[in-house]
Amino acid sequence: MNLTLQVWRQPGPEADGGLKEYQASDISPDMSFLEMLDVVNERLIEAGDLPIAFDHDCREGICGSCGMMINGVAHGPSKATATCQLHMRSFRDGDTIVIEPWRARAFPVIRDLVVNRGALDRIIAAGGFISAPTGSAQDANAIPVSKQDSDAAMDAAACIGCGACVAACPNGSASLFTGAKISHLGLLPQGQPERFRRALNMVTQMDLENFGHCTLFGECQEACPKQISIDVISRMNRDFLRAAVTAPSDRAASGGDG
Amino acid sequence: MSIELNARIPAGPLAAKWDKHRFEMKLVNPANKRKYTIIVVGSGLAGGAAAATLSELGYNVRCYCYQDSPRRAHSIAAQGGINAAKNYQNDGDSIQRLFYDTIKGGDFRAREANVYRLAQISVNIIDQCVAQGVPFAREYGGLLANRSFGGAQVSRTFYARGQTGQQLLLGAYQALEKEIAKGGVTMFPRAEMLDLIVVNGRARGIVVRDELTGRIEPHLADAVVLATGGYGNVFYLSTNAKGCNATAIWRAHKRGAAFANPCYTQIHPTCIPVAGEHQSKLTLMSESLRNDGRVWVPKRKEDVGKNPTDIPEQDRDYYLERKYPSFGNLSPRDIASRAAKEACDEGRGVGPGGRGVYLDFADAIKRLGEDRIRERYGNLFEMYERITAENPYKVPMRIYPAVHYTMGGLWVDYNLMSTIPGLHVAGEANFSDHGANRLGASALMQGLADGYFVLPNTIGDYLASTRLESVSADAPDVKAAVADVEKRTRTLLGINGKRTVASLHRELGRIMWEYCGMARDAGGLKKALELIPQLREEFWRDVRIPGAGTELNQTLEHAGRVADFLELGELMCRDALHREESCGGHFRTEHQTPDGEALRDDEHFAYVAAWEWQGEGKPQQLNKEPLVYENIKLSQRSYK
Repeated sequence: MNLTLQVWRQPGPEADGGLKEYQASDISPDMSFLEMLDVVNERLIEAGDLPIAFDHDCREGICGSCGMMINGVAHGPSKATATCQLHMRSFRDGDTIVIEPWRARAFPVIRDLVVNRGALDRIIAAGGFISAPTGSAQDANAIPVSKQDSDAAMDAAACIGCGACVAACPNGSASLFTGAKISHLGLLPQGQPERFRRALNMVTQMDLENFGHCTLFGECQEACPKQISIDVISRMNRDFLRAAVTAPSDRAASGGDG
Repeated sequence: MSIELNARIPAGPLAAKWDKHRFEMKLVNPANKRKYTIIVVGSGLAGGAAAATLSELGYNVRCYCYQDSPRRAHSIAAQGGINAAKNYQNDGDSIQRLFYDTIKGGDFRAREANVYRLAQISVNIIDQCVAQGVPFAREYGGLLANRSFGGAQVSRTFYARGQTGQQLLLGAYQALEKEIAKGGVTMFPRAEMLDLIVVNGRARGIVVRDELTGRIEPHLADAVVLATGGYGNVFYLSTNAKGCNATAIWRAHKRGAAFANPCYTQIHPTCIPVAGEHQSKLTLMSESLRNDGRVWVPKRKEDVGKNPTDIPEQDRDYYLERKYPSFGNLSPRDIASRAAKEACDEGRGVGPGGRGVYLDFADAIKRLGEDRIRERYGNLFEMYERITAENPYKVPMRIYPAVHYTMGGLWVDYNLMSTIPGLHVAGEANFSDHGANRLGASALMQGLADGYFVLPNTIGDYLASTRLESVSADAPDVKAAVADVEKRTRTLLGINGKRTVASLHRELGRIMWEYCGMARDAGGLKKALELIPQLREEFWRDVRIPGAGTELNQTLEHAGRVADFLELGELMCRDALHREESCGGHFRTEHQTPDGEALRDDEHFAYVAAWEWQGEGKPQQLNKEPLVYENIKLSQRSYK
């Protein structure tokens, strides 16, 4: 296949960026999207140019490193598919593909398609855990968890932290990400003692990080490579509301530095 | 000069060693813990768990990862499960059985005491992870579910769909973030360790390059932990993440840490076959699929081009069930991989290039229904279809072995300390528990055992029994290590040749796969030992790295890693050449039984080969740690 790429190039966080056009010729439809970019990059290096910087690692859709706007859609045209698992057979010979970094106030661009998603780590640090210091656990089968709850927790826990939900949201909200963790832990009996404190602290941190508010557009669940449902946002809102009303005295808003 | 390889295995009966050792180890009192700084490189299961736990104990921890977040470490990609001797299924499991299965699976090339401790700790790991909220699969009664894995006849594998590694890592990562918020851990993402700092013979810090600014700085501490994973990417194509590399352990090796059993690599039998030259990595299909999938190739060469569903039952060769009737499709990885290679070498391989075998779910779907299969493996089936555009509910999957895990790594004693005092090594980065072949669902177990339960004890003992002088950033050894890294970076950027880093890496990978892959022989290994130094020379003469060192430069990062692989690959071949036997993943074609199984030579090779750096341009020296078996009898491994 032969494709025309328009790729966002930006030399650094403070520098101006812009779209630059490249020809991607002789691309196999069996290549993944990132393998196509590998080919383009090797040709750029051979021609003495700077390769396109992008984050990637596992290339099996689980580490959450990769992610770019492909023709304006987070992770591109295939549903439930991270960029690394998108294959070129999803495109047609002769297509023009516009590739940009995640666009969100909370994710500043570092270089080309690489952005800083440290805000997501800080939301987890604010409360996205169960405090169970090593060694303090009882026997694993001492706490039965209904299969239904366990499955629902797992559905939410499947989040890979890629940030597509934020990039897809017109408001740049991280509610799907935050709601997924609040749901995962809040659905389990082990997560109950910290449930409301967790919701309060994580939502507060999310607000501090320049993410926008959720107005339930639902774009996030469309973009999510793990198909996490916006039901997790309702659960987050319920837990947050209850926490805010009961206002626990140990309220702590700050996260860490990620 | 030969180093001393003292494994420091506690005396006494096997089952009592770890308890006794924990009592005998010195403790650091709670008020003093905060005076110590510990560096943890890597944030996967071993590193993340160690960093979080050490901080919970009160130490100052500094944790480093090359990714943008500690949650992205490659442990996250482990699919199938984690073993533990819980015996919840009442099917005859025990600590002794997990211990025995692991030693036998490793083809009798691992240390008894380490493996026994691993089996003991396995039960605590599951407890710990459940307490953290890891959503393991459950039965309707609310209790934990198990599945079977290769090399075992009991069901002891705990799992969270096909994302067990992800869920365990998120558990460790969340504990780590909790400690970051408390101030116990300082996290350095997008930071790459490029050298180890050794002062007065002890590991006292690391040299780190900030990937965003290119700044190269020393980071000092009282002890250093390397939990940086394996070196499978020396083969270029592997199931490892693209960034996985050997640089941290290789730099430590060049500063004096012995490298043990580098030739022990695991080739995983069930990966999606290579599709073309563009292939950048290989994708694993979990071993758990072999619980329900049946592996076969056509009996006759003439049938390989046929549509698999048109090949009748009597014309199929379910070769694992035929050759290993008692373990069948759940034979250990090394055995299943070699059997696949044999079938393809005979011309019976399927798919493009004839390098593939079928993994067929038709029987299981008939028996259990498509819904049950979807529930068990749905995400794996989807992943397969996304990559190959074939629907595995309708046509059998095509799979082929691929490099997956490296059992070799830095040599460590029972305390997980390397031959450099103060340098501890955990998880896949060390060589400790899997011998010559790792069983499925044991990597997660080992990473978490090391990180949650072993290191937090043994590091305290090291600190309490060692007098450490203070070291400043302008100490001569520190400045020299920083200067070395700066010089190397400048050299790489200054070559400005013609070849891309990726093309050189691919070429190294082809050499390693051809001559040091699933089957090895003296002639091929000698050939590789000629080719690798030539390629290394070409790399340092002709590599092209555009851009500067003072900014995000992914090509520079890759180049540094490939430069180290070009040295490590040579050592792997030398180790493979010297080990004149076959064991586990190391299969020398000269050494096999009449029916093609690995033929060990216990009389001459029941030892750990620990290679010691002698300086640039000089071959490493071989040191041997004899493996002493007091509790089990060495036998020819049989899964028939």
